[in-house]
Amino acid sequence: MSSDVRFTDFKSDKQPTWCPGCGDFGTMNGMMKALAETGNDPDNTFIVAGIGCSGKIGTYMHSYALHGVHGRALPVGIGVKAANPELEVMVAGGDGDGYSIGVGHFIHAVRRNMDITYVVMDNRIYGLTKGQFSPTSREDFETSTSPEGPKQAPVNPLALALAAGGTFIAQSFSSDAQRHAEIVKRAVEHDGFGFVNVYSPCVTFNDVDTYDYFRDSLVDLGEDEDHDPTDYDQATEAILDSDAEYQGVIYQDEESASYNEAHGLTENMADIPDGAPEDAMDLVREFY
Amino acid sequence: MHKDLNWAIGGEAGDGIDSTGKIFAQALSRAGRHVFTSKDFASRIRGGYTAYKVRTSVDRVESVVDRLDILIALTQRTVDENLDELHEGSVIIYDGERTTMQDLEIPEGMIGLDVPLKSLAEDAGGAIMRNVVALGVACEVASFPIENLDESLEKRFGDKGTAIVDNNKEAARLGQEYVEETYDHAFEYELETTDNDYVLLNGDEAIGMGALAAGCRFYAGYPITPATDVMEYLTGRIERYGGSVIQAEDELSAINLALGAARAGARAMTATSGPGIDLMTETFGLVATTETPLVICDVMRSGPSTGMPTKQEQGDLNQLLYGGHGEVPRFVVAPTTVAECFHKTIEAFNLAEKYQLPVYVTSDLSLAVTEQTFAPEEFDMDEVEIERGNLVEPGDVESWQNDQGQFQPHYPTEDGISPRTLPGTAGGAHMTTGLEHDELGRRTEDTDVRIDQVDKRSRKVETAVEREQWDYREFGDADSDVLLISWGSNEGAIREAMEFLDDDGVSVRFLSCSYMFPRADLSEEIESAEEVIVVECNAGGQFADLLEHDTLSRVDRINKYNGVRFKADELASEIKDVLATGAEVTA
Repeated sequence: MSSDVRFTDFKSDKQPTWCPGCGDFGTMNGMMKALAETGNDPDNTFIVAGIGCSGKIGTYMHSYALHGVHGRALPVGIGVKAANPELEVMVAGGDGDGYSIGVGHFIHAVRRNMDITYVVMDNRIYGLTKGQFSPTSREDFETSTSPEGPKQAPVNPLALALAAGGTFIAQSFSSDAQRHAEIVKRAVEHDGFGFVNVYSPCVTFNDVDTYDYFRDSLVDLGEDEDHDPTDYDQATEAILDSDAEYQGVIYQDEESASYNEAHGLTENMADIPDGAPEDAMDLVREFY
Repeated sequence: MHKDLNWAIGGEAGDGIDSTGKIFAQALSRAGRHVFTSKDFASRIRGGYTAYKVRTSVDRVESVVDRLDILIALTQRTVDENLDELHEGSVIIYDGERTTMQDLEIPEGMIGLDVPLKSLAEDAGGAIMRNVVALGVACEVASFPIENLDESLEKRFGDKGTAIVDNNKEAARLGQEYVEETYDHAFEYELETTDNDYVLLNGDEAIGMGALAAGCRFYAGYPITPATDVMEYLTGRIERYGGSVIQAEDELSAINLALGAARAGARAMTATSGPGIDLMTETFGLVATTETPLVICDVMRSGPSTGMPTKQEQGDLNQLLYGGHGEVPRFVVAPTTVAECFHKTIEAFNLAEKYQLPVYVTSDLSLAVTEQTFAPEEFDMDEVEIERGNLVEPGDVESWQNDQGQFQPHYPTEDGISPRTLPGTAGGAHMTTGLEHDELGRRTEDTDVRIDQVDKRSRKVETAVEREQWDYREFGDADSDVLLISWGSNEGAIREAMEFLDDDGVSVRFLSCSYMFPRADLSEEIESAEEVIVVECNAGGQFADLLEHDTLSRVDRINKYNGVRFKADELASEIKDVLATGAEVTA
């Protein structure tokens, strides 16, 4: 890893096709800064992206990357990290990818606690398919498939993560560039599954969860000296508080072993001999 | 005196049927006899009929037959289920003291040995050993030296301490002595022993062992009958080589975990059965179009849907050949024997990396639950060669970059095989995607690039057809007018069937196929035979359809795949071209 890596080294020469003003620009910039500031470079970084506007991120960043099928980005990232623990693995997706079609994988990724980072661009809307409600949409949010609102409770991703035994649960706002980058950086540094839900407004299809809304309502726990992220009860209270939106590292458990550590995954599995392992005939002899 | 024996133990699931049968099979194998086992079982943990059957001979045995000479029946149903296989002179061993067995009626002409299995087991130290008492009885009936049981009892119970092992040895002897003293019947069996050393393993274990031999370091799977043994085999062994098994939350995850590991450069595998293949089909196209080497093992069982989970069928061939939307090459290999499960798995890993695509290895329930003896030399680890294909050395990365220094993971080479760099390699960073992509791995809808990439992926198949052997195994009379063709696990049954046919003066030529795609061109063989019979364990004749497809060459083709629909004027002109030249046209 070279120390002179700049965050722009993680930028590809492809111009994003996101709508002007899309929150995903800020989300991506923060990811690139966090990677550069933690001493990574594009050749040791693997980005996995899902499907949706968020899924395009692998194209706009420069690194090793896979843009997969809808909802399955997390298992790919876990597989990459298991096979080569020296790689920095970051998985990116949206609220549909992570909390709808991929919610099963989300829960299990959290509890597996593999040492990777998961950044969700949460805009509370399906943008790429032009405006249907998402799992994080408000109950009364009117869209083409919910003319009177979805009339069902939105998913609380932070609560899901907490219930699944999450060891790093954070939330940020794509427009608050510095804080967002700081929070993602702490997720990268976390020895375990670093989960950041990023409020990343959709300027085209969501006129409720807007930049103004988040600017006015966000409470930054990082500025609250009384908030101790290692305090489970405090974290629970903030996560279950439906009257406020919080920014910051809400919960962090630095004690629990990561999957890599618990399972002794240290080797690069790509390195194999030219033939069968030396003692392979022992495998045959077991069947005597 | 009969030197071959068909033996079974049957009872309820939970009665220890499997482990008892395995002890007997191992004892036979250790005594230098060939063994071929099969199981009757239901998809439940307790209750329901289950049986473990063993055929044994000093000659190689390749199949099950409809014949049972000695049956240890723990339940009435065990006898009822096997009436077709029992014959005059068959011996039924049972415990008449068991309340449910008191009224057991021994069919006419058969020999019932009523042995107090439970009481004798208690004498030896515990009722739990009643099955081992029955094994002692079976040894006496078969004139099989009981000492041969000792080693397999040690193998089975060794970790529980010498007292337990000794009790079991004693239990077997009590059973043997009871028959010796109580029945003065002269039994008609004499099982010889030889000095040959055999190993005894099933198809799932052979796949797992093949994977380890081939350098597989990552396995992800979700438990499913009859593929679970692959995962259980690898767990605890793959770690010795620095690898890992992840039990996934579902098959959608399993294949994506394996895909991730493969992108990182590990030789990765997942194994499942039909219902899991359905789920994995979602990601299959991604694996194939991103040109990721991956081995996917389908241990087929009876479908559709949940089907008959513990029953045999070769019903997934079409799914493996054609499953998934769109068109993208994949290889499909179907091992024909337990030993071939080992060899073909190794080959699958090499093919996957050389041609950068997913390879299906498809075995089936009958291979998975069959434990068969082999000379250990059949699994010669010195023969194993690892071929990793076009893996770019760090020093050569630049030669595969474009003039802007970007690495080109899908560069359309002449043979269709692109360069591959593993994450961590300087200068090799690249993305790839399930969207149609250009040589850099980035999304495109350009009609020319689309055609370039589809053709490039297809060229890998053409290259593989040229470079590899896509042969078959041939048995029987090469000059016979009767041609039998089969695929997968039927080989053993057909080879033994040929012996029966031979006794009746019927000679046949038999081609046993393991390569489903690419596959051998059998048109000449088919044309030159008078009668062609395709044998497969399914209703529709999926492989027969393929062979008929291969030998039919009447149609000309017009294809278009650049993403644009047919246009009337263009189409009219292409049809005229075909009529004029008879050549295939690609728009």
